[in-house]
Amino acid sequence: MDDISILQHYWWFLVSLLGALLVFLMFVQGGQSLVPTLGKTEAQRRMLLLATGRKWELTFTTLVTFGGAFFASFPLFYSTSFGGAYWVWMLILLCFVLQAVSYEFQLKRQNLLGTATYRVFLFLNGVLGPLLIGTAVGTFFTGAEFVVDKSAVAGTAMPVISYWSNSLHGLEAALVPQNLMLGISVLLLTRVLACLYFADCIADETLRMACRKRLWIESGFFLLFFLTWLGGLLTSAGFAVNPESGEVYSAAYKYWHNLLEMPVVACILMVGVVFVLWGMVSGVRGKRRAFWPAAVGSVMVVLALLLCAGWNNTAYYPSVTDLQSSLTLVNSSSSLFTLKTMTYVSFIIPFVIAYIAWAWRVLDKEAITADEAAQEH
Amino acid sequence: MEAIDASLVDWSRAQFALTAMYHWLFVPLTLGLGVVMSIMETLYVRTGREFWKQTAKFWMKLFGINFAMGVATGIILEFEFGTNWSNYSWFVGDIFGAPLAIEGILAFFMESTFIAIMYFGWKKVGKGTHLAATWLTVIGATISAWWILVANAWMQHPVGMEFNPDTVRNEMVDFAAVAFNSGAVVKFCHTVSSSWVLGCVFVVGISCWYLLRGRHTEFAHSSIKVAAAFGLLAALITGYTGHHSGRIIAEQQPMKLAAAEGLYEGGNGQGLVMAGVLRPGADWTQPSEEDKMLFAVEMPYALSLLATHEKNGYVPGVRNILEGGYTLPDGSTALSAEEKMKRGRIAIAALAAYRAAEDPALKAEALSTLRENFEYFGYGYLETPGDLVPPVPLTFYSFRVMVVLGGYFIALFAGLLLLRRRLEKWRIVLWCVVLSIPLAWVASQAGWVVAEVGRQPWSIQGLLPNVAAISRLEVSSVQTTFYIFLGLFTLLLLAELRIMGKAIAGGPDADDNSQPNA
Repeated sequence: MDDISILQHYWWFLVSLLGALLVFLMFVQGGQSLVPTLGKTEAQRRMLLLATGRKWELTFTTLVTFGGAFFASFPLFYSTSFGGAYWVWMLILLCFVLQAVSYEFQLKRQNLLGTATYRVFLFLNGVLGPLLIGTAVGTFFTGAEFVVDKSAVAGTAMPVISYWSNSLHGLEAALVPQNLMLGISVLLLTRVLACLYFADCIADETLRMACRKRLWIESGFFLLFFLTWLGGLLTSAGFAVNPESGEVYSAAYKYWHNLLEMPVVACILMVGVVFVLWGMVSGVRGKRRAFWPAAVGSVMVVLALLLCAGWNNTAYYPSVTDLQSSLTLVNSSSSLFTLKTMTYVSFIIPFVIAYIAWAWRVLDKEAITADEAAQEH
Repeated sequence: MEAIDASLVDWSRAQFALTAMYHWLFVPLTLGLGVVMSIMETLYVRTGREFWKQTAKFWMKLFGINFAMGVATGIILEFEFGTNWSNYSWFVGDIFGAPLAIEGILAFFMESTFIAIMYFGWKKVGKGTHLAATWLTVIGATISAWWILVANAWMQHPVGMEFNPDTVRNEMVDFAAVAFNSGAVVKFCHTVSSSWVLGCVFVVGISCWYLLRGRHTEFAHSSIKVAAAFGLLAALITGYTGHHSGRIIAEQQPMKLAAAEGLYEGGNGQGLVMAGVLRPGADWTQPSEEDKMLFAVEMPYALSLLATHEKNGYVPGVRNILEGGYTLPDGSTALSAEEKMKRGRIAIAALAAYRAAEDPALKAEALSTLRENFEYFGYGYLETPGDLVPPVPLTFYSFRVMVVLGGYFIALFAGLLLLRRRLEKWRIVLWCVVLSIPLAWVASQAGWVVAEVGRQPWSIQGLLPNVAAISRLEVSSVQTTFYIFLGLFTLLLLAELRIMGKAIAGGPDADDNSQPNA
């Protein structure tokens, strides 16, 4: 591997890691979607919202940084997907706008729309955020309908290099069952994580019991949807790249072969699945601290799947309209200079993770009580 | 061949402008109020007086209400570079993406982590640690401003990159030139200090309202003391950096300077228009017999001094820039707009030839032609020389509004510091200060109008006009999202104003602003 290839793989790893952390941190969204189900009294709803309210900005920031890192390292994806799958991304953004104001405004006097409206906003963000992001990520494996022609810049009448080949602009992704199944899996995973988080950080026995009961249902459905999707992925054809010519072609069992050819990634996936199951079983059995194994497992599973999508000569954003327009690590990345520069910046990430971990520990040291929730708002 | 719908460019611009202007209602208050509340908490930690803690907490409450809206509008702005300006994202993404990513890694995480400690950590960490969290929240917001302003400054003056015809994009070759060029440094200092001014006007305005009502007088006087002193310093820095900003614009964006000054015919020894009225309906793209300025009060030679540091320095007007022929500071002769457009079209055609050629000799010839004319590449997408003229009246009047209000705020803060405890007797002054609150936003928005409208038609100065930067979408899609954002942001702004109004009416003594049993 030459320098640029190493850096392209390194940056795909970082983008995948950010994506994996985003899915984990979307337990905040899962929690929001569970508030109407779990919170039977106002005191309980306040505790639930305080628990996620201390963390929502981390999820939000991870989403923004995920976008920024993708832009810096693989600008052609930013250009093609955001400019083409316009409606999917706009809907995702709108969901997050609603979330950003709702935590702060929901309990304030004179908030114009009323507490119930802001909580509906939080519920909408809780359901649609993970569902849409999961569905959009599904297109990394199933493909999307776009065309890229870099030579278009040399035409003065229509110099735009990429365009979507249908007028649904990304909404069509929801019509593909595999994409939808991944979207539902992500939603269910965030709800599983939220149940585990609530059970750990809220000092209310009734709520803990409710979380345990809910965990059964959410875990069951998650395993059903996720394993079906994973089975489909590993047995379907994928999008391979010829490393010499750059030609993209359809290859049978591509993602299964990726796991076989990248045993470390396969191990990360398997260990991740074990950790998620460990967290679920511990949670259902009422053990404390079950959140962390499931959280670490989620990060590992998503990381492995995203690595599978881009590494090992795979087109990570395939075009089903024009196969040769598919995006690969090679044809969509930034220049060697930019990747190098950004790599130096990335060395600060462990320091960032350290202070986030410290703040997390400080805030979650003691479980939330009804009194605290009543005072904090 | 399909062509770009001009209304798509207009709607894409409108949507970006809408988002940016809404975003900029909240960000300067975050930056300004953040420093004021941090100073107050520092006073609490140093003196141990509970009074300062309550004062800091009150301003923090308003900070939090405002912060949420800044975050909400900010995420849209970042992703709109991809959704609505996809060609831009590829053409300069190799350079422009880096500051955005660094902003996320260095600044956003700092902000979002420590703001949680700031709001929820009063009883969980010590006084010193809490104070550090408050300052780190503000520092995070300011670092964020640095990187996004670096990106903006680069769009105004693209440096540190080379065009790669194989990838058909510009690629970064000098990170320091991108991140630390004089334009970026001055833009950051000017924008952040003006945000401090806005935050201080907000604090003194609300404090004066309390004095008018005879409530919370100790709190109000203390807040005015801190905010007026800091505001005066910030306003002076804003004026100083504004002067440097003008000099940089004169060098790098002469058309913007000409528009901001309403200067059609340039020349030596140009005066600075202190006040003036442009002739309504004047066509700034064509010469006319009538003067395009109805009247103007000028400070003799001041514009030449500002732009060239010489009393008789040459400052080109709109017409001179379009027609060319004058001597540039490096001794060369300025090309006309027609000539630049011609060379731009040659560069674009050379790129097409380079991409199509298989014979190495033909490829090398095309590359040579491309390199020779690349400086004017973006001009090749323009249809007429008139496209190069930004909306002059909007730029001209916005510039004056910004400068006049900047001067007014210096006087305002100085006056407040002079009057001190006697302030309560001057009810007219108290009213003036209260009514000045919205003026701070007017000045701030006017500044951005000068910066962004004045550089039209460029997304990247001289390199990529808006028409070549957009995403290929249906106009109806962009219209729909425009109206969705307009409705949503307006609704949420109204909610914020009502919540803030209620919190201010409650005052610093109100323990909480929440509903007891919602």
